Amino acid sequence: MGRYLTRRVLQFIPVFLGATLLIFIMVWIIPGDPIRALAGDRAMPESVRAALTEEYNLDKPAWQQYWLYISGVFQGDFGTDFRGRPVSELMGQRIPITARLAILAFGFEVIIGIAAGIVAGVRKGNYLDNLVLTSTLVVIAIPIFVLGFLAQLLLGVQFPIFPVAGIREGWFSYLLPALVLGSVSLAYIARLTRAALVENLRADYVRTATSKGLSRLRVVGVHTLRNSMIPVVTFLAIDLGALMGGAIITETIFNIPGIGRAVFEGVQRQEGTVVVGIVTFLVFIYLIANLVVDVLYAVLDPRIRYE
Amino acid sequence: MTQVPLQTRDLVAGKPAVPGAPLLSVENIHVEFRLDFGTVKAVNGLTYHVNERETVAILGESGSGKSVSAQAVMGIIDSPPGFVTDGSVKFRGVELLTMAEKERRQVRGERIAMIFQDALTALNPVFTVGWQIGEMFREHHGSTKKEGLDAAVELMDRVKIPLARDRVNSYPHEFSGGMRQRVMIAMALALDPDVLIADEPTTALDVTVQAQIMQLLSDLQEETGMGLILITHDLGVVAEVADRVVVMYAGDSVEKGEISDVYHNPAHPYTMGLMDSMPRHDVQKDRLNPIKGSPPDLMAIPAGCAFNPRCPYAQDICRVEKPHLHELGEAGRVSACHFVEEVRDARNRSGSRL
Repeated sequence: MGRYLTRRVLQFIPVFLGATLLIFIMVWIIPGDPIRALAGDRAMPESVRAALTEEYNLDKPAWQQYWLYISGVFQGDFGTDFRGRPVSELMGQRIPITARLAILAFGFEVIIGIAAGIVAGVRKGNYLDNLVLTSTLVVIAIPIFVLGFLAQLLLGVQFPIFPVAGIREGWFSYLLPALVLGSVSLAYIARLTRAALVENLRADYVRTATSKGLSRLRVVGVHTLRNSMIPVVTFLAIDLGALMGGAIITETIFNIPGIGRAVFEGVQRQEGTVVVGIVTFLVFIYLIANLVVDVLYAVLDPRIRYE
Repeated sequence: MTQVPLQTRDLVAGKPAVPGAPLLSVENIHVEFRLDFGTVKAVNGLTYHVNERETVAILGESGSGKSVSAQAVMGIIDSPPGFVTDGSVKFRGVELLTMAEKERRQVRGERIAMIFQDALTALNPVFTVGWQIGEMFREHHGSTKKEGLDAAVELMDRVKIPLARDRVNSYPHEFSGGMRQRVMIAMALALDPDVLIADEPTTALDVTVQAQIMQLLSDLQEETGMGLILITHDLGVVAEVADRVVVMYAGDSVEKGEISDVYHNPAHPYTMGLMDSMPRHDVQKDRLNPIKGSPPDLMAIPAGCAFNPRCPYAQDICRVEKPHLHELGEAGRVSACHFVEEVRDARNRSGSRL
């Protein structure tokens, strides 16, 4: 296991280099001059434009730009955005906000999603099962911006239980956006859990557990659930990355200044340093989440061994 | 092995046992599966009993209802879609079918235990064998984890798993097929049950291991005096260990009797067909005679005798009237055939008999 982990962590290095290079190229090939765009409709004096272009190394060939950026990163310098603010400072501000949102959404998914899946799967075909199946289908079918505005309208305006937008009320103001953000994945988790449970409840070892005289609770909770968690854990790990990066719509609807919006604005302004910095961070979240899943597989199922 | 005091053996889930009653008796049991596309009548009126120290073999081909009837005895039929619609299952004279689930659980595993065909899938892949055996003690006797593991080692020794102490923390996939079946047996015997139901215990094993497992089961039965119900389609296995045999066809018994009687003088065309389709070292034969046709569709069991479409001796009455089990001369010998005498005579004349 130790050797396996070392190998996996070492694989992070090429992935890091490849990811940063790819993102860098993608930002670089966006047409238009980002410096000129900074001035908006007004004309920018040519001397200012030239000075800024040089400051951000935009006059150099792409490979040099990348080299300058990456060597800076290895010295702990993630560059600055066009306002002269260090990108590391921007990330330091934005990441905790998005992390809070993602953790809450993740919590909703795990707790409500798995619980709903168990309730539905244990008695396949009864009314609770049908309720879960129908409601998850509805949630999956509705686009997230509709869900977001609906939630805002109902629980923020009509019945003002939650703040409509913003993050001034601490953790509490994250609850509604997190529920919206996690809703679709929550529905998938419920369905995955249900399907795995239904499948495993037919397994021979479940029949054995019943014939040992164990209670239904123990047969399901101990003997079936652990075997049913592998697909769910896989989905959850990939979703953790998606939650961190894919919150642009939710962050916009609820006016939450997280990294989703930072990246979106960075792309609009062609701020290579901002986009590469944040996306590389997200790539690492994915890598680590995947590693955790692979380790969890071995914990959940002893037949899986890594050498 | 902790011996349960005798007086508690006289209680079945808190109810007094009936003195003199058979250890386990199954009467006229009916099981059906109500599926979307129709009702499958898996067991249709099976009746048998087992006494202490006795081995009863339930013999039949796939789909004859032998496994389902055992699951009905255990009370582990998936419901829905499975339902026990009629009949009675009595353990030491106490009815099990009407018992509350909570009481039934005290019988299941503790008084009547069951082992299954494929021990690889029947054991939970994610728990160690020691944990799974120990669970019997933890759940039924409230033992601690340590006590459960110690008891598991003792049991694994008893079913002759080498190096039990070292292997108690291994997972099922780390054992060979034969050893896994020994683990199943150890788990089933954990609480010293009165009845052990073995559902095709050797079918998934190779021949030498089969013999070892059957030997182990009969040794353990000798030791504990339990009643053994052996479900199998393997006539060879039955011949060696069973005292009595129940031959099943389409969910009901067609013939019952002492093993040697049934073997040497079958009294039902189906049993005769089974015997003729098996190579035997005690009978010289040029070729085997399989039973023609295939087992009946349990959603549409033929009227009259269920075997009539495949029976070489079938007459008009066989297609109309279901034959009931009737006694033959020998002890405990019954057959459900309208023409027992004629069929036996014909068989004897043709010389297929030993």
